[in-house]
Amino acid sequence: MRDVSIIGIGITKFGELWDKSLRQLGLETGLAAINDAGITSKDIDALYIGNMAAGSTLQQEHVSALMADYCGLTSQNIPATRVEAASASGGLAVRQAYMAIAGGFIDIAVVGGAEKMTDVSDTESSYTVSMGSDEQWESKAGATFASLHAMIAQSHMAEYGTSREEMSAVSAKNHYHASMNPMAQFPFALSVEAVSNSGMVSSPLRMLDCAPNSDGAAAVVLCATEKAKKYKKKTVKIIGSGQASDTLSLHHRKHLNQMPAIKVAAKRAFKSCGKKVRDLDLIEIHDNFTISEIIALEEIGVFKRGKAAANILKGETRLGGKIPVNTSGGLKARGHAPGATGIAQIVEIVQQLRGEAGDRQVEGAKIGMVENHGGTAATAVIHILESE
Amino acid sequence: MNGIVSYGAYVPSHKIETGEIASVWGADGSAWAKNLNVYSKSVPGPDEDVITIAVEATRQAMKRGNLNGDHIGAIYTGSESHPYAVKPTSTIVAEAIGATPNLTAADYEFACKAGTAAIQTCLGMVGDKQVENGIAIGVDTSQGAPGDALEYSASAGGGALVIGKKKVIARIDHTTSYTTDTPDFWRREGQKYPRHGGRFTGKPAFFKHVISCGMMIMQKAGTEAKDYDYIVTHQPNGKFPIRAAKSLGFTNEQFETGLLTPRIGNTYSGAVFLGLAAILDVAKPGDRILAVAYGSGAGSDGFDITVTDEITKIDRSETVEDLIERMKIINYATYAKYRGKLNMGATK
Amino acid sequence: MSVPRFWRELDTRYNLIGSYCKITKTYHYPRRSFNPEAGRESIGSMKDYQFKGTGEVISSTVVYQAQTGYEMFGPYCIAIVKLDEGPRITTQIVDCEPENVKPGMKVKSVFRKLGEDSESGILHYGTKFMVNEDNELDETEDDLPDIEV
Repeated sequence: MRDVSIIGIGITKFGELWDKSLRQLGLETGLAAINDAGITSKDIDALYIGNMAAGSTLQQEHVSALMADYCGLTSQNIPATRVEAASASGGLAVRQAYMAIAGGFIDIAVVGGAEKMTDVSDTESSYTVSMGSDEQWESKAGATFASLHAMIAQSHMAEYGTSREEMSAVSAKNHYHASMNPMAQFPFALSVEAVSNSGMVSSPLRMLDCAPNSDGAAAVVLCATEKAKKYKKKTVKIIGSGQASDTLSLHHRKHLNQMPAIKVAAKRAFKSCGKKVRDLDLIEIHDNFTISEIIALEEIGVFKRGKAAANILKGETRLGGKIPVNTSGGLKARGHAPGATGIAQIVEIVQQLRGEAGDRQVEGAKIGMVENHGGTAATAVIHILESE
Repeated sequence: MNGIVSYGAYVPSHKIETGEIASVWGADGSAWAKNLNVYSKSVPGPDEDVITIAVEATRQAMKRGNLNGDHIGAIYTGSESHPYAVKPTSTIVAEAIGATPNLTAADYEFACKAGTAAIQTCLGMVGDKQVENGIAIGVDTSQGAPGDALEYSASAGGGALVIGKKKVIARIDHTTSYTTDTPDFWRREGQKYPRHGGRFTGKPAFFKHVISCGMMIMQKAGTEAKDYDYIVTHQPNGKFPIRAAKSLGFTNEQFETGLLTPRIGNTYSGAVFLGLAAILDVAKPGDRILAVAYGSGAGSDGFDITVTDEITKIDRSETVEDLIERMKIINYATYAKYRGKLNMGATK
Repeated sequence: MSVPRFWRELDTRYNLIGSYCKITKTYHYPRRSFNPEAGRESIGSMKDYQFKGTGEVISSTVVYQAQTGYEMFGPYCIAIVKLDEGPRITTQIVDCEPENVKPGMKVKSVFRKLGEDSESGILHYGTKFMVNEDNELDETEDDLPDIEV
């Protein structure tokens, strides 16, 4: 098993990108990553694509071939694979590439994720998002994706006393971070009060508890570390990777306020590199809803069960705090394009570990974690990155 | 003798008051309420229709009669607001009570007496020993055109009667019908709302058929009004049935139990079923009931019913009064939304 | 939902038909041919079971931004209900003020329209739940029907 490095990154602005089609976004971000890596297309052994919604929003499947073709890689008959796991599509695509390189099958892979959520109406993109839960037994019963997380929040509040103010603090913090991220969809700060008073989506979740459905793309170039010297003197390595699944529907879970797939994925990721929670300098967390960030931090072990919310309110996860979480702005403020999000999270950690994060730089960042999940955490993918 | 083995009823839990409807059109609500003797009417929720109401009423009848799907050989549902123009309500009811596949089923239409025609068919099937029990269901969620007089009364609800020969709680000793081609009220295929002949719907239509049928059946049975404990007729408003009953020689005490329209509106094919259910909720062994349905187009089905000792053995704790009591008031905006009166436009 | 896909689950939706695993002696909804807890041994040992339709609310929320097909309800209540026999389902609690639904409330099944394919498509029916105001004693395990094994 070989070590794997990230030698290039690319990311587009997230938001309503009316002028850009899916294939354009893929091309743009792929080129950015390749340029950053200093490689040419001839060096690429395989292409991995993370995408959730092309089939339902664009009636386009076979996205792997689409991207490979549009990016000019089919002239070399490149192996191209599309990976889907709802919002974990991006993170999972990275893991597939990582395993292929670590296992010695290929040397260099480009992993890109792109999504066009705004090509359809809000109603349709909302329905598409709910396809990450159980369509037959949750969506058809009238449950929106938000309502499932609302019940998760209700349960967490009832059992651990998590408060409205604490959930709002997650969103406010992420917006503060995004105000320093030029690629963020919403690069402006928000007060805790503004979040708490925003319109009700599904009690107790309000508008500003919920990440948007965005257009966006991100890409990374992965390379076997032993071959990376040719392109970069020092790289960021993927030192740990873990993945886990859980029941698709929320009602089949033992505890409504836990996400065990994240816990198991984190354990596996830590075990694969011998690191522990206290080794982490920063984390990118999948905050599709504020409650998800709270629970994810408890599952990873950053905080004890039931204690994350209070610590967030105290500022422990803010830039400058004990362990900064979502310096990118997270899904809430940076934007959430399902297939791209997992890769955008990795791009942020790489920038931080390279010391290129500008105003939102975490001082001395050396080891970072990325937590990406799909559905109500029916799939969880976690990577641990370290700078050389 | 064959007859009713069990019965079920269902009325939706929302209602709108006559005054609320009147205020939308700038009309005098209390005058309308008094003129029609209709003070409120039931409103089905957005997820209710003839099929859901038919299932709820039939399931109650099955539970009350301690029956399961294997006991049922026929299901007929009569309505003028079946959700499908083609695909019978009755097969969905059959599936929902576990009666498939060994049964016959069909849907009936005859304006407000579609369900009672089904009772007669069941009597035939049972009497001819082709089935052990048959179910006749009368149910509607009819609508009145906004601003039309019918808007004050057209409501939703229905009932089911299990017809058989064993453990009969009320014998049906006689049935007869009075049927003519009278175009008093109609709806053309594809039209959303029905139309009617105004005052023509009275004497030449409702009264002629109900009173003639009532007289015919009492003649057949050799009875007079005073031989009955109860009468229930079709009740398109709260006035017509009183006038018809009195014309046939009946008193307040005899018709008031089965007269529900003043509180729940006109449930069309459900009306006689619900009125009869309300009577069966309180009837004693030996009580005699005259039931005369009316359907526009036009016809009346009459039934001479006698309650047996078996009625004391069934559970009558879930009553029509319970259903009426739980109804909660909604406003016209909610009513319009629930009844699909808002033009949502095309989204695709 | 396509015609065959809806038709396949008719009795599951209309009549709350699930499964009873003879190996673990547990109930499952919806119907399944395999019980993950018992592994492959459970194939062939899953018997059809009709749920009583009573249960209790575990968690609920008032949905303000409706799911497709639920726009006409205004804010409505979605809940996770634990059926008396054990399994949980996600469902709408109807005929009540949605804010009044609380964990622990007893509920019972009702037959309602779930939606439609389109204005000209087939209608989908199934089971929802309403608050159960009947004064029933709490079901104990002894009250659950015996299943012939």
